[in-house]
Amino acid sequence: MSLSPVEGVALAEIESGADGDGPAAKGVVGRSPGQLAWLRLRRDRTAVVSGVLLVFFMVLGLSAPLIEMAYGVGPREQFQNLLDGNGMPLGYAGGVTGDHWFGLEPGLGRDIFVRLIYGLRTSLFIALAAALITATIGVALGTLAGYLGGWLDAVINWITDLTLAMPFLIIALALTPAITLRFYGERGQVSSAFGVGVLIAVFAIFGWTGTARLVRGQVIALREREFVEAAKASGAGLGHMLFRQLLPNIWAPILVSFSLAVPQFITSEAALSFIGVGLSDETPSFGRMIYDSLDYLQTDPAYVFFPGITIFALVFAFNLFGDALRDALDPKSSR
Amino acid sequence: MARFLLKRLFSATLTLFAVSVLTFLMFFALPRDPVSSICSKNCNPERLERVRDDLGLNDPLISQYAGYMKGIVTGRDLGSAQGGRCDAPCLGWSYVTNEAVSDTIARVLPVTLSIVIPAAILWLLLGVGLGMISALRRGTWLDRAAIGFSLTGASLQLYFVGAVLLMVFVYNLRLLPVPSYTSLFENPAKWASGLVLAWVALAFLFSAIYARLSRAQMLETLSEDFVRTARAKGLAKPTVYGRHALRAAITPVVTIAGLDVGGALGGTVITETTFGIQGLGRTAVDAVRSGDLPTIMATVLIAAVFVVLANVLVDLLYAAIDPRVRLR
Repeated sequence: MSLSPVEGVALAEIESGADGDGPAAKGVVGRSPGQLAWLRLRRDRTAVVSGVLLVFFMVLGLSAPLIEMAYGVGPREQFQNLLDGNGMPLGYAGGVTGDHWFGLEPGLGRDIFVRLIYGLRTSLFIALAAALITATIGVALGTLAGYLGGWLDAVINWITDLTLAMPFLIIALALTPAITLRFYGERGQVSSAFGVGVLIAVFAIFGWTGTARLVRGQVIALREREFVEAAKASGAGLGHMLFRQLLPNIWAPILVSFSLAVPQFITSEAALSFIGVGLSDETPSFGRMIYDSLDYLQTDPAYVFFPGITIFALVFAFNLFGDALRDALDPKSSR
Repeated sequence: MARFLLKRLFSATLTLFAVSVLTFLMFFALPRDPVSSICSKNCNPERLERVRDDLGLNDPLISQYAGYMKGIVTGRDLGSAQGGRCDAPCLGWSYVTNEAVSDTIARVLPVTLSIVIPAAILWLLLGVGLGMISALRRGTWLDRAAIGFSLTGASLQLYFVGAVLLMVFVYNLRLLPVPSYTSLFENPAKWASGLVLAWVALAFLFSAIYARLSRAQMLETLSEDFVRTARAKGLAKPTVYGRHALRAAITPVVTIAGLDVGGALGGTVITETTFGIQGLGRTAVDAVRSGDLPTIMATVLIAAVFVVLANVLVDLLYAAIDPRVRLR
């Protein structure tokens, strides 16, 4: 590890970035750490490719209704006439045709492509919302525990341990129907927005521990530094200490943990719908589709691959981007 | 040492106590009537009332909880409708399966153990080994292949990998039987062939994470002064890497491994669902579906016990591996 990596990289970039800037680049150019990170990120081929892929996925998810219109098939339409007597799609690779790009679901005969697009939207929305909420909770608890220490630290730590000791899948499995029942009763028609909300809430309750631990460690390391002491000595209040002194110094690891939390929530959401919680069958979801496809491994092997590969590509892009972001923000790390 | 252990066990007990209270409140105090799901729709009110009485649901919550805990420690009398006397680790009686919950657990726990323990050995060996090799051969094609493997593996989903494995090895090539559980002591060959796909799927995904982690740790350790010192004073490479560096690099891996194994022992829900093996995780899912409260409660508690015990064990292992860690 080099002794002063930040300066080293900064210099290297000033030298290599001299092409278009003319005389300004010859002199000393001041660049904020944020600008440096952005430069490094733009130069990283993996980051650019995965970033573009992520934007593509998000646009696909956001424009799901538009795509439905252009594609001409809805997620709940059934094409029983394209199935054979046993409910298997006619044709090759699970009924792939010009009208149905990814084929049809065996049994109900719904279009897989359009269901995947809607599943993408649900999955991305849940994961992003959950990551945002858990990051907020985690940062709040982590900074408080790390900065104030004492009994508050002990209590927050213990709650973290407790949360980690609860088996997430089983509790989520048991909790979601119970919450739904509480609001809707035995026979109520559950709206899919509510199901999404419950899932996000369950993730929020269990997902904040990682960020809290990370932030607490960072804050403890910063707490004893001179600039913090100086601010304290000049009479800074708690709010100023947390938001103006501590947080600006740890936003990089927070951002990285946020970007790596999103694929984890995508995975968890798919896992939950795989074991059959949360979203009803009306709402298309990756996990649900894969669970349904398990029955057709022998008869319609193509069915498992479309959702399986889509979710892999999504999670893969997020993971690659998160790693590239870490490299850009923290050149010292040797992942 | 003894003091540390006591302190640690005390906080572990406290955590377990809190988990049990929370779970109890979550499931027994929820608005849904736990009995109506046990008894089918056309169940007469008298029988409902009797079941409610047998389960002690008419007692105040605290005495319900106390009774449950007393059952675990000393055993208790459940009444003739619930199989009478219930011995020491008494986890209640399930109306859904009509057996003592402890019997159900005793039947499915070995299944989960048989899935997790061989898989964990496999993923630790593979993951840590791969990580070490790729750190030592940094920049070579081997390193790049290992990185590619771990990046891919970390983004794959267990149910997808499982489905593909099933499709290839069971349905297409017909090399393996449909996954199922046979006791190890009954027929070791059948035990292994029935579970090997679950091991491979689990080990594949986990070893990706461990390869990545141990590579990063090893690279960091290799740049430390003590490694250079050891090399400079003339120790052979294998001694330096195998004894000095490995020991320092592996501590964080141990932490994560402890938590992962602890978590997995509490039920590998996804694995068991994918391969259709009835272990602890699948039992928990079934219990939730049928509203079988005593079984849900028991599975959650057992899962928590595994996680908490793994935590304590990791702390102890930490001290054994890294002498710099002082147990206080």
